[in-house]
Amino acid sequence: MHGRPRIALKPEDAATSAAKAAKLRDLQAQLLLHHHHRIYTSEALAVSSKLLEMNPEIYTAWNYRKLALQHNLNEVTDPEIVKSTVEDELRVVEMALRRNPKSYGAWYHRKWVLSRGLAPVDFEREFRLLDQLLKADARNFHGWTYRRFVAKLKNVSEEEEIKFTMDMINTNFSNYSAWHNRSVLLSQLLKQKAQGFDSKDGILTEEYEFVHQALFTDPSDQSGWFYHLWLLDQTASPDELFLISSWPVPGSDLVLSTNEKMDGYKLFPTSNFSLCYFFHKQTFPIILYFNQAVKGVSSSTVTINSMFGANENLIWKPLSTTTSREAHCWVTYLNIPDVNSSSLQACSVEISLGHSEGIVSSNGSCYKYPLQFKYTIKLNNNNLEQFDGESIQELFVWNYEDVCCPAEIPYINSFDQLKISEDSVAKGLKDKKWCLETLSNEINLFKELSEENCKFVNLTLARLLVAHDAMMSHGALLVRKSTHSEEVLKLYEELIKLDPTHKRYYEDERSLVLMSQVTLDEEFLMKHTWHFNKLTSSSFHNHACLQLSGLSLSRISFAERLLWVQMLDLSHNNLRSIAGLEALQLLVCLNLSNNQVSSFTALEPLKLLDSLRVLDVSFNEIGAHPIDTTRFLCLSPLSHTLDVKLSVDQYQNGDIKFGDHWEAILLFKDLRLTQLDVRGNAVANERFGILLTEMLPTLNWLNGEHVRL
Amino acid sequence: MEDLVAEKHVKYILSVEKKKDDFESLVLEHLRMNGAYWGLTTLDLLHKLGAVDPDEVISWMMECYHQDCRGFGGNIGHDPHLLYTLSAVQVLALFDRLDVLDIEKVSDYVAGLQNGDGSFSGDIWGETDTRFSYCAICCLSILHRLDKIDVEKAVNYIVSCKNLDGGFGSIPGGESHAGQIFCCVGALAITGSLHHVDRDLLGWWLCERQCKDGGLNGRPEKLTDVCYSWWVLSSLIMIDRVHWIDKDKLTRFILNCQDRENGGISDRPDNAVDVFHTYFGVAGLSLMEYPGLKSLDPAYALPVDVVNRIFFGKQRAPSLLAS
Repeated sequence: MHGRPRIALKPEDAATSAAKAAKLRDLQAQLLLHHHHRIYTSEALAVSSKLLEMNPEIYTAWNYRKLALQHNLNEVTDPEIVKSTVEDELRVVEMALRRNPKSYGAWYHRKWVLSRGLAPVDFEREFRLLDQLLKADARNFHGWTYRRFVAKLKNVSEEEEIKFTMDMINTNFSNYSAWHNRSVLLSQLLKQKAQGFDSKDGILTEEYEFVHQALFTDPSDQSGWFYHLWLLDQTASPDELFLISSWPVPGSDLVLSTNEKMDGYKLFPTSNFSLCYFFHKQTFPIILYFNQAVKGVSSSTVTINSMFGANENLIWKPLSTTTSREAHCWVTYLNIPDVNSSSLQACSVEISLGHSEGIVSSNGSCYKYPLQFKYTIKLNNNNLEQFDGESIQELFVWNYEDVCCPAEIPYINSFDQLKISEDSVAKGLKDKKWCLETLSNEINLFKELSEENCKFVNLTLARLLVAHDAMMSHGALLVRKSTHSEEVLKLYEELIKLDPTHKRYYEDERSLVLMSQVTLDEEFLMKHTWHFNKLTSSSFHNHACLQLSGLSLSRISFAERLLWVQMLDLSHNNLRSIAGLEALQLLVCLNLSNNQVSSFTALEPLKLLDSLRVLDVSFNEIGAHPIDTTRFLCLSPLSHTLDVKLSVDQYQNGDIKFGDHWEAILLFKDLRLTQLDVRGNAVANERFGILLTEMLPTLNWLNGEHVRL
Repeated sequence: MEDLVAEKHVKYILSVEKKKDDFESLVLEHLRMNGAYWGLTTLDLLHKLGAVDPDEVISWMMECYHQDCRGFGGNIGHDPHLLYTLSAVQVLALFDRLDVLDIEKVSDYVAGLQNGDGSFSGDIWGETDTRFSYCAICCLSILHRLDKIDVEKAVNYIVSCKNLDGGFGSIPGGESHAGQIFCCVGALAITGSLHHVDRDLLGWWLCERQCKDGGLNGRPEKLTDVCYSWWVLSSLIMIDRVHWIDKDKLTRFILNCQDRENGGISDRPDNAVDVFHTYFGVAGLSLMEYPGLKSLDPAYALPVDVVNRIFFGKQRAPSLLAS
């Protein structure tokens, strides 16, 4: 029941209602009888039409009429009889629509009858009906859908229908349905590059002007703003694919070192032996990060020439938490050969891409800029180096006092060294002249309006500024700092006050800007990158640790700027999600303590981090929420993305029920953590601790306590 | 804040089951199968499913079952349709009695409604709508028979209904609508295909459904209605953006739509109650973690414990999962 007041019926109304009920019951019984006995006489048909007039929702009655039409027109050739039968059906539908203009059954019946092509369609009548209905309710989406159907049936041109949306919008700007239809028609024409629609820039300029009229007439009406957002997306979203980041840094000079006692390999930049990467396996990652999610990265689209194995044997993996095979970030692993001599053996690794097509983004753009870069790796078997293999078992504590010192960060120069797409970016910017001008015009326009404290004005302004900065830097790093970030942060602060209902949306948007700001700020990074080099007893000393704690971050972004990070401290933020961290393939230690992570399924990206050993998720909200908002964003049987039969058999024993802990089991079973802290979460109790130690045979420390001797 | 008058709602739902003869009940008679699902799921969320006799419900349901085609009708004597087949399967799942079905045959009926372009018809008459894609996919997944359809095509069809505002329509080109968005996002969730959704764009569109009165509408510039508490909230949860709305305000809006005397929840404050809005109100509260309610799965529209039993329970059907 919609819109009916909650009042008891007056006695006289009750009597009318009872009489109506009796009539409806009678008609319904007759209809079902006719239906089941296949009685299609004109008397029986009259019953069904009376019934549908009273209640157009009785779908079986519509089915009955379809059967009757098929039955009664079977072998009829007289066009007059056919015409009058069709006429009857159209009339019943019109009666039903008068009762309920949103009756699915009635609308479909009309479509069904006309689609059969029994008699010529009287298009004037159809458009007249539509005019009446859209006049009564300009937002009736059944009417709009039917209009698209009739227009197609009659071969009405898209240009003509665009004119119709213009008329409807001019009658009332607040007609989201008309704006929607306009966006559908226009994107079709732009896609086809139809006559008069071959200049996207020209068309979009006209559309900006058109929508401005609506926005200025009533800035609080949502309809035009969504259309404006679509125009902005058309203007600012990148068409071209670029490689925006990679690891190792192009041009770098590295030393790969091992000795017999060490369970793995160390990698040093030649320039600075006090920094090192540590790899636990006899492999070595190569990471590529694109400005859009792409598919098709493989040994045929990317060639790696090195002595670390044949290119065709390399397997590229998309770093994605879904089964889509599309990702911004891709990784492959080179095999490290056994090193016997202690002398340095230099090898070069050459990477080239763009020589063949095949790397494609989800919107269909192909990677097409030929690109080559290389780095040098020297192999060294250093048996002289002291290395205590046992010390890995030490408890690692995120304590910056005493044990660490600020790092010189050659890694940060990865930004500067990443000149890989400079030429293509410069070319891209030239093509984007119109886009940049348009964005600037829009920015100026809304700045004038921003005094009025309308949330849509402020939000649009913030989005325009972000889009402008992004376009200037083009995903690559030509601009050191995004020039407008302070202004955007201020706009979001104002929005939080202006529209507290959507506070958390603005906070999430603000977080993206904050991430962009800190990851581009060399000074900030210098101050927040550490080495635990005084921690000589730990295997983690000399790892690069980035401290991004206490910044009010609620989500992660710009992971492409953090590929070098091995230890990441994100504690004391407001993180609910860690999506994006999957790109940090070198990550060994991660501190997520004191955030708002509310389920193990939200930690899905960790499954892609092979090198992760130390994880702190203490003092989050895991287990505190009965509704899991990432339940369908992880691989699981619920979404048919993971078969758990083996895990069920393995972990369903004694008092542990797989169904109670599937999220934790599916997360941890393939991680090779040596240290885990889950204290301060609702889920943490003694029994859960036992489950964790069972699942993680590599674990040495759980919640700060030694688990194995 | 006003409280949830849970006991009154239970009483109201049980009374609706018995009331069949007034005009308002008759108008809805053809979709009594949906009514059974709404009413019984609400009872389960309120921990009162035990108040009904499963055998009685199931024997009525089986009278709505069509032996010839293996689908369910909305009531005895009414034609079979996907909308009612899903409700029947959901109710049987609630009672843990899916064994009464000939699962192969029911799933053949559902799978047989898939069209060449991946879409689904609601019944043999061919009306196509993404609502039916959801019905089919949800139903087959509960029955562990998703392998009977071309999932990739089904997903591609849904994606072809995606709009430039991030939402989804009933057919390609159709306007975004919260109910339709639930169906499409739900079907994509169940098939592990949420990567086709622009979560930030759709999330913003959905969170902007919250109006000044705290309630949610289904499309821009429309009136708020309790039923969107379900359609919008469940969609926001599936894409992990539910924190973008103000839960306290929405909770208050729903509680204000209760008939505090006779039970039931209406579309807006002081309107007439019905079982449809009672379900969507209680479901919305459950999704916002209102104390004392069972939690609801946002994609399968069944209590989480029921869904976990289906997918993690001991008597799991032999694995037919995609690799």
